[in-house]
This record gives sequence, structure tokens and C-alpha cells, in this order.
Amino acid sequence: MPEDRKPIPRREFLRVGVRGVALAAVVGGTGYLATRSREARYVWQLDPSKCTQCGKCATNCVLKPSAVKCVHAFAMCGYCELCTGYFEPEPNALTTAAENQLCPVAALKRTFVEDPYFEYEVDEPLCIGCGKCVEGCRSFGNGSLFLQVRHDRCLNCNECAIAAACPANAFSRVPATQGYLYRPGYSPATRKEG
Amino acid sequence: MRARSFILVALLIAACGAALAAEPVPPPEFTDTQHQVPGEQYPQPSAAAIQYLDVAVLFVALCLATFLALRLRSRNAVFALMVACLVYFGFWRKGCVCPIGAIQNVTLALADPHYAIPLAVLAFFALPLVFTLFFGRSFCAAVCPLGAIQDAVVIRPVGVPRWLEGGLRVLAYAYLGGAVIFAATAPVFLICRYDPFVGFFRLSGSLGMLLFGGGLLVVGLVIGRPYCRFLCPYGVLLGWLSRLSGRRVTITPDQCVRCRLCEDACPFGAIRKPVEPPTPAERAAGRRRLAWLLGLLPLLVVVGFVAGGALGTPFAKLHPEVVQAERVRAEELGEVVGTTDASDAFYESGQPVDERYAEARRLRSRFALGGRLFGAWMGLVVGGMLIHLTLRRRRDDYEADRGACIACGRCYDYCPVELTRRKKQAEVSSAKNPSAKQ
Repeated sequence: MPEDRKPIPRREFLRVGVRGVALAAVVGGTGYLATRSREARYVWQLDPSKCTQCGKCATNCVLKPSAVKCVHAFAMCGYCELCTGYFEPEPNALTTAAENQLCPVAALKRTFVEDPYFEYEVDEPLCIGCGKCVEGCRSFGNGSLFLQVRHDRCLNCNECAIAAACPANAFSRVPATQGYLYRPGYSPATRKEG
Repeated sequence: MRARSFILVALLIAACGAALAAEPVPPPEFTDTQHQVPGEQYPQPSAAAIQYLDVAVLFVALCLATFLALRLRSRNAVFALMVACLVYFGFWRKGCVCPIGAIQNVTLALADPHYAIPLAVLAFFALPLVFTLFFGRSFCAAVCPLGAIQDAVVIRPVGVPRWLEGGLRVLAYAYLGGAVIFAATAPVFLICRYDPFVGFFRLSGSLGMLLFGGGLLVVGLVIGRPYCRFLCPYGVLLGWLSRLSGRRVTITPDQCVRCRLCEDACPFGAIRKPVEPPTPAERAAGRRRLAWLLGLLPLLVVVGFVAGGALGTPFAKLHPEVVQAERVRAEELGEVVGTTDASDAFYESGQPVDERYAEARRLRSRFALGGRLFGAWMGLVVGGMLIHLTLRRRRDDYEADRGACIACGRCYDYCPVELTRRKKQAEVSSAKNPSAKQ
């Protein structure tokens, strides 16, 4: 039955031909994109100059608590006794009592240095990235507190869930070698690579 | 809020001695204690090596999956590898990045010359494609964590009618088209946003994500791998390439005896029954139908292209900047009262309103084009499906469908010819090495 057998080699022949074309397309396309892929890695970061402290960093990250944390640029800080990033508006007293604190999880630590200066430090494992202290500091202080994606925690999702929700469009992919963005005019002199 | 602010300002002046709140408080000099201002930590991302390890594991897993499914023909071995990959790619590496999502990175890299795609992501996209081109969809069987989590819950599979299977398959094509359009138009990654199982891998997720994933797993108890068959956009690409593959799953190692035992073996509806050759009358009718449908195809594409224009506006609503501009506009016109986070962010940015509107209009027109292309794509898909349904090929044996078979290896155990082969093989090996028998 030569008529019945005939279509099979033809189909097979076509298949091999199309496979060759498909292979060339996949390999060629991959090779083309590979030549353009200069940076080894991109990571998500938020631009503090665009951030509006809406609080979505605390709620939208796939991690609980969020990979976004408050960072304190000590060199910018005024060491105020009445820190508007630390204290509730109209605090009862300028003490570390819970009812005076703005931070909902008491992640901002206040220690006395010398009269009248106090140092404020972020307890990172506690911080949830809500940005309440950032807003307080920015509104009436120097803006030394700002939010950043911490790359030791971030899972670097293909689409950052916070970026998708950010109302200020502050999130973008940045090269991993420059993984942090600072307030305008600030570059950390005492930057340490952790 | 205002009143509170004034009180705060007053307090601040008293406390820090600054003339105005807007002026920065000068950093102090600690003359008494010589206190050193500490520096802050900037931890770096984990070494890039881990992603190359992922690629290496992917490559090894693909080689193993192909060997186990096609050469060793062992369902148990494929299952073991599948569980291992579920643990590695799913629960340990948290299911990200995956080849399914990599479609979007590749699309974005092609559409946006400024986006440099990471090499590891590119490898994740291309490796399974190349393997599938030669050996069929062994990636789906044993490597993909999304497939694995569904495969693990297949308890009592029931068949899906062919027409329903074909109809639901259109969803996967629509998902692929949508994902590509959105990744290219605005970097919105739909596949990641609506990934059903990544929440299980991370052990956290939004309620919607967990309900969707949980629902798919519940459905998956009776309908094998619903995501893979009816939604997975990468599965569409793999299905195409799998049709071209040289080596693939053959249910029987030898001659099919048409015993029909394998008919129910496949929980994914990928086994095709023998088809008698058409009679001359059927053949002529089929040719006429094909001619009609080939004529209909361009019409469907054009209709889709025109109708897709209506999708531009709803599509654009997924882009945050468009939503923001619409909100600001509505607030300007007094249509809504109050502000949202997005409009607050806009006012704070100080950007001129017209600039933002122009940007939103530009995005909308891009989405309008995207919607048209999506419509044309759907026209092409529906037309192509219709043509595919009319094509009738002669088939002598029970065969695994080239596109739909995911090489899970379940059907081997059902084939009496295969069981005979195994028995013979066992006899041969025990004869060769009799000490193993005792």
C-alpha cells in the first residue's frame, strides 16, 4: 500500500525542517537577547524622593514582615530631643513610654547621647516598613529616616507586589551593584557593605 | 490634621531651637562625649551564584526527566524527580523565577531596549523550549513546580469532553496573548500577579491568590492539572514545540495491540484513539470545510483587530499611571470627593497636570493598539482551533497526542506490551546475574 505509507515520510520531513527553523529561532532569539544582557542582575528598589509613605510597603510585600525597612541616615539626623519621627503628635511626655511612640511596633530605639541630643536607631527585625516615622521625620525634621528595600531580605520577585501597588510609582529595577537609592543630596559617607 | 501640625511645629521650635520647621536641623557636634555618629548598613543581595545554580539544577533536572520518561519508562522515577523539583524550585527557591513568568521578561526585553534581561532568566525561558523541541514536554512532567503541585493531587481524574477541552484551551492562548501584550505595553506582569501557586510555595499570599490556587487544587482532584491544560501560557509554547519533537512518549514499546487498556490511563486527556481513514465522501466534505475555514481565518483576524479597539480603555485601567491620571481628572472636575493615595502622590510630586494627562493619553493609545493586537490574536486562535478540529488524520494505534502529552509516564503501566517487555527485561537481567535473585 504505497499510497498509505507515502504521507508519513513527508510529514516527518516537514517536521524535521520546521524543528530546525524553531531551534534556530529559539537559539537565535536567546543569543540576541543574551548579547544585550549586560547587567548580571537587577533588584527592586524604591526612590525615597518619590515615596509618599502611604503604608503599602508594610501590607503588600509577599514577606511578612515586609522586606522594606526604615533606614536611618545618622549623618543627616539632628538628634532632636523631640523627634517627630519618634514621638506621636502631642506626646504626653518625651519619654520612651509606648503611648508616646509613633512606631506601631516600637522598632525605633531612642538613646540619650548628651544634653540635649538623642540618637535614634531602627531595630530592623521589628520594623514593618509602614513609613510612619519617615513621614514624621520628613514633615518636620531633616528627613534622615527613609524607606528602602533591604536586599538581604527581598525575594526579588519577578514582579514586585509592592511596586504593583505603589501609588507614587516609586519602585523600579536598579542594577544590583547600586542597589540602594538615597535622598537627594545624601550619599552615605560611612557606607558599609553588609 | 492641620491643627495638629501647628502644634507640632510649635513644639519642634521649642525643642530644637530651629527658626523654621522647613529648615534642616544642623547635625550636632558632640563636644562633651565625643560620640561617633554611626554609619548605616546596606546589605547586598545574595550572591548571583545561586541563580546560576538554579540554571544548572534546571538543566540536570531536564536531562533526568527526559531520561526517566523516555528511556527508563518509569512512572515512579518521574514522580520522585517531580517531588524533588517541587521541593527545590517550589518550596526552597519559592517558585521565582519560573519559565512561565520568564515569557514576560523576554517580551519586555524585546519591546524595551533599555531592559537588560538577566542571563539566568533567559536560560530559564530557553532551556525547556529546546528540550521540548527534541524530547517532548518532560519539563511539564517532572520539573515545573506548578505542574508538580497539581500532579500530586490528581486523585480521581475524570475525562473532559474533547469539545470542552478544546474550548477551555482558548483560555491559555488568551492568557499568553494578554501576558505578552501587557509585558510589552506597560511592564505589568500578569502571569506573576495571578500566579495561583506561588502563595503556597512562600507560605503567604493574598486571599484572592490562595483562593484561586486552592480552587485549582480542589478542581485538580478530579480534573488533572487544570492550570497546565487550560491556563498555562508557557504550556502553549511547549505544546507547539512538542509537536515538532523527534523523540517522544510512545505508549507501547512495540506494536500496539489495540487492547484499549490505556484509554483511561491518562488523567490529562492526551491519549488519542485510532481513527479510521475517511471515506472519499468525508474527505471531500472535509476539504470543503477546510476551504471555508481558511477563508474565514483572515476575516476572524480582522474582526478581532477591529473589536479589540474596545479593549484599550479597560486594559489601560490595569496601569497605575492611567488610574492616577483618571482619578486626578475626576477630582479636578469635582466628580469625586476626597483624594486617594495615588492622587496624593501626584500632588506631592509637583508634576504639571497636563504632563500627566499627556502621559496617560499616550499609554491609553498604546493599550488601544495592544487591545487590537490581542483581538487579532484571539481571532487567529479561534480560527486556528476550528481548522485544527476539522483536520482528521488517520491513526492506526492508540497514541499520545504530540502537543498535549506531558510525558508523565502513567500510561506505560497500563500497556500489556510494555509489561511483557519489563518481564522479559527482568528475566534477562536475572539470568545475567543470578546472585541478585537470591
